[in-house]
Amino acid sequence: MRKSSAMVPYLIWMALFIVIPLLLVVYYAFTVTTPEGTTWSFENFTRFFEPIYLRVLWRSLALALISTLICLLLGYPVAMIMAGNAFSRKNVIMLLFVVPMWMNFLLRTYAWLAILERNGFLNVLLSSLSLPRLNILYTNAAVILGMVYNFLPFMVLPIYSVLSKIDKGVVEAAGDLGANSVKVFTRVIFPLSLPGVVSGITMVFMPALTTFVISRLLGGGQFTLIGNLIEQQFLVVGDWGFGSAISMVMIILILLSMAIMSFFEDEDKEATLW
Amino acid sequence: MTENIVQLKGVSKIFDETVALADMNLSIRKNEFVTLLGPSGCGKTTTLRLIGGFEQPTNGTIWFEGKDISNVPSYKRRVNTVFQRYALFSHLDVYENIAFGLRIKKLDEQTIRQKVGKMLELVNLQGFEARDVNSLSGGQQQRVAIARALVNEPEVLLLDEPLAALDLKLRREMQHELKNMQKQLGITFVFVTHDQEEALSMSDTVVVMQDGEIQQIGTPEMIYNEPTNAFVAGFIGESNIVDGIMRQDRLVDFGGARFECVDVGFERDEPVDVVVRPEDLVLIPVEQAKLTGVVRSVTFLGVHYEMIVDAADGTGWLVHSTLMEPVGTTVGLGLAPMDIHIMKKVSE
Ligand SMILES: Nc1ncnc2c1ncn2[C@@H]1O[C@H](COP(=O)(O)OP(=O)(O)OP(=O)(O)O)[C@@H](O)[C@H]1O
Ligand SMILES: [Mg+2]
Repeated sequence: MRKSSAMVPYLIWMALFIVIPLLLVVYYAFTVTTPEGTTWSFENFTRFFEPIYLRVLWRSLALALISTLICLLLGYPVAMIMAGNAFSRKNVIMLLFVVPMWMNFLLRTYAWLAILERNGFLNVLLSSLSLPRLNILYTNAAVILGMVYNFLPFMVLPIYSVLSKIDKGVVEAAGDLGANSVKVFTRVIFPLSLPGVVSGITMVFMPALTTFVISRLLGGGQFTLIGNLIEQQFLVVGDWGFGSAISMVMIILILLSMAIMSFFEDEDKEATLW
Repeated sequence: MTENIVQLKGVSKIFDETVALADMNLSIRKNEFVTLLGPSGCGKTTTLRLIGGFEQPTNGTIWFEGKDISNVPSYKRRVNTVFQRYALFSHLDVYENIAFGLRIKKLDEQTIRQKVGKMLELVNLQGFEARDVNSLSGGQQQRVAIARALVNEPEVLLLDEPLAALDLKLRREMQHELKNMQKQLGITFVFVTHDQEEALSMSDTVVVMQDGEIQQIGTPEMIYNEPTNAFVAGFIGESNIVDGIMRQDRLVDFGGARFECVDVGFERDEPVDVVVRPEDLVLIPVEQAKLTGVVRSVTFLGVHYEMIVDAADGTGWLVHSTLMEPVGTTVGLGLAPMDIHIMKKVSE
């Protein structure tokens, strides 16, 4: 009895801020409003499957995947260094990663704008070293850079937390059984760290797929991602129906990728069976 | 004379301020079953870790088959370890845990299956192949750890309290199996245990350690019957250890009386430790006894009774006997000259 009454505020909160908005999204997605009135329709969805929008979807997926991969390749070694090192150095590296996260996300991204600009910090530095200028602002590269920069900590921290919990005795046992350091890594450390890798990938891929700030600022608006598309529909075009439909596609995509990831998480036990 | 397979020469190990091992010299012969015995924290695990290559000696060298291996990494040493804390691979099932070393050696699937099967049988875990190691009981995990090391048929197997988590019956069985394996496969065992009965029954050689130093090395019989000092006597089996004074060769004073003994080579009037095993004390009529006392407690232990007899000088004598006297009775204690063991006092 007490338990269920204690849950009431949460239930109200969830209803107000999660369930009702979701229902509204569903409602808008499946209706079209014309001067004659509002009717049920799949039109918003069929519109999304036009090539121009599919290209946006494809680009979003590609950029998110590339960013996630780069985050993994950069983040794993950092997590290993942090997990394997003496106390003081570990804390310094950790701080380096966490301090930028205390700063506002928008500010951080604006800072990159200043760095990458035609006459920004990077190019001033390059030309002072008499190296050729680099104009990567408003390219895919800049967007990926922004994503990697912003989301890297979400890759490093979960991997670090799993790695630091691996019993040193297990590593010794593998060495005892004849495994050199490469084999210790491929056969013991990496498989044991998979849960961290999976949650790192999830935590980077999701926001990378849905971001619209990074692509707008660093992509200069010419590299529309699916997040920008949704934003435009709601705030600029005012087509809530189409915006809701795209949002629903996104929700489905995210649920799908979460399902895939959790499948991998269960699978890593079976995968090593052979 | 068989050759030495492992030798520690003047090895010491210092962690920060703790001296875990001090100037240890130990030679282990091929096919020998050596047991390290000693109280918690005396450096048994450290000794094994040095041989296994998980620690580097602060001083001294470690030799394997006549070669200095002090700087050889553990994965190149032909030694396998059963770890005190098991250290099983939690991402692998029982079968793959045991097969780990064989896969590293790239043996073919057929051989692996056969060897792992044999091991599972040995440690009594048939049918557990696909089990997640985290779902096993402590004793089952311990047996997987034994199988995982033993399956590689190493030259030397290091076992750090490998049977500690097993119940008495399984423990006896495994002691027997391990001893058999050791003889059959001709593997040198370096075994750590807290259980002195286990040490005495299984070993060719027992090494008694205290505070990082070897107190005595010898066969189980030597260690039990001729302990070199009061520490060894007190640690191996139960003992009465009292202060005494050596009057001359074969004559010692303790407990307020003079006794004949068989020990020689002490100074005249030298203070010594006198060690008497509880099973060597016999109940005799008071009027024939040099040692008398009042029975304080009687405990029935199955085969025999354990009694504590308080002597007039305050010593509580531990007596094991198949006979008993009720609490409060005054009894006499008799002992034969050869059952009195005289030890030099350890000078601090
Ligand atoms: N890595 C380490 N760092 C600091 N001190 C250590 C370390 N390893 C061992 N020691 C210390 O060295 C001493 C010997 O430890 P060791 O583990 O060899 O004891 P042990 O004989 O195996 O004891 P037990 O029977 O309890 O397992 C202890 O005082 C221990 O605290
Ligand atoms: Mg130990």
